Amino acid sequence: MIAEDFNYDAPSSLADAFALLHQYGDDAKILAGGHSLIPMMKLRFAAPTHLIDINNIPGLSYIKEEDGFLKIGAMTREVDLEESDIIEAKYQIFTDASKLIADPQVRNWGTIGGNIAHGDAANDHPAVMMALDAEVEISGQEGKRTVSINEFFHGFYTTAIQHGEILTEIRIPAASGRFGSAYHKAERKVGDYATAGVAAVVRIDESGVCTKAGIGLTNVNAVPMRAERSEQALVGSMLGEADIAKAAQYAAEDCNPSADLRGDEDYKRHLVGVITKRMLNKAVQRAK
Amino acid sequence: MKSITLKINGAEHTAEVSPRTLLVHLIRENFSMTGTHIGCDTTSCGACTILVNGRSVKSCTMLAVQADGKEIITVEGLATAEGLHPIQEGFHLNHALHCGFCTAGLMLRAVELLEKNPNPTEEEIRWGISGNLCRCTGYNNIVKAIQWASAKMQGRELPSTEPEFV
Repeated sequence: MIAEDFNYDAPSSLADAFALLHQYGDDAKILAGGHSLIPMMKLRFAAPTHLIDINNIPGLSYIKEEDGFLKIGAMTREVDLEESDIIEAKYQIFTDASKLIADPQVRNWGTIGGNIAHGDAANDHPAVMMALDAEVEISGQEGKRTVSINEFFHGFYTTAIQHGEILTEIRIPAASGRFGSAYHKAERKVGDYATAGVAAVVRIDESGVCTKAGIGLTNVNAVPMRAERSEQALVGSMLGEADIAKAAQYAAEDCNPSADLRGDEDYKRHLVGVITKRMLNKAVQRAK
Repeated sequence: MKSITLKINGAEHTAEVSPRTLLVHLIRENFSMTGTHIGCDTTSCGACTILVNGRSVKSCTMLAVQADGKEIITVEGLATAEGLHPIQEGFHLNHALHCGFCTAGLMLRAVELLEKNPNPTEEEIRWGISGNLCRCTGYNNIVKAIQWASAKMQGRELPSTEPEFV
């Protein structure tokens, strides 16, 4: 299958990329890893007339802790997250998620920025970002702005990124003290989109009380979803069995899955409950 | 049309391509290297796997223009004047193919896997080839072939290639 014809530019700086975005208007699309966009173009679900390939722009791929944040460049490939020492030591949620995203070849080229900017509730990073209380840096000709992940996803394939802008960095409040995180999704086969997925993050003080909880859900709502009632139930608790069971129950009740080839609504709610419980336990264990 | 220059299996090539030309088509049609196969054409099966700057990627999901300036290895580039690549030998000796359609992609994926992880466990191999579908073998002999290649490349004792009857 071959996509409809388009023009292609591969600028070597962000300034040039912004200029091209302005020149071509709404018909231009940014090409990052392209592992969602190119298949969509081949299937003619998308037909941008201009592709602006940002793979040749230096300085957009990094993983570093700085100013109280874990900062990840938008063009960081999934494989770089999988192989990063900082991630493996402190932010295992990314290791969990990366290993479940598609397959090794896709992860060699697909980027974290693309995974988020695509705005698909079936992708795995959005829920992870919600659980981690991430913010994203969006850059444009007028400068940079920061958007909370809570305000980022507007609808199916639509995000806070305006025309002429590019997502450039993801920032996550750095892990400190007792911090634990975990992600899992149920999938029909390796590399499939989630039947349901749950990202869980807990921060715990010295006395064992949960001071912050983050729970993000994959593919059980029209947009990536935060399980707010579950989070509220956990904060201030000792994260005991009953607290975690309550949080899992709330997540299962509050999500909005739709029936499809991967299962019916009840089955998906059940999965959300089971996985929420397991991921919270894992996150708590990792926070020890 | 865009003019691109790239290295395939060590040799420099240039081509005039339309931006929508997929990398796999460039390799197969412009340069007549048909060892790289097109299976599903939807990033699922891995038959079109090649190495781009050492990374295994699915060439049905990359544009030819994106390969400008890159170094590509296809199955045609695995063997040398001295003989087959250990991974090819491993596939041969362990009967790791029946119809052979998936083989080129699997071998290139395995080459990168063994470069990053020279002594993988069986589980690591199975996860490592999870982006490649084989509809004939049931994978067991493919796993053995990769284990055999690992042993050969690391100078370990070679595992038996006698078939197991169960």
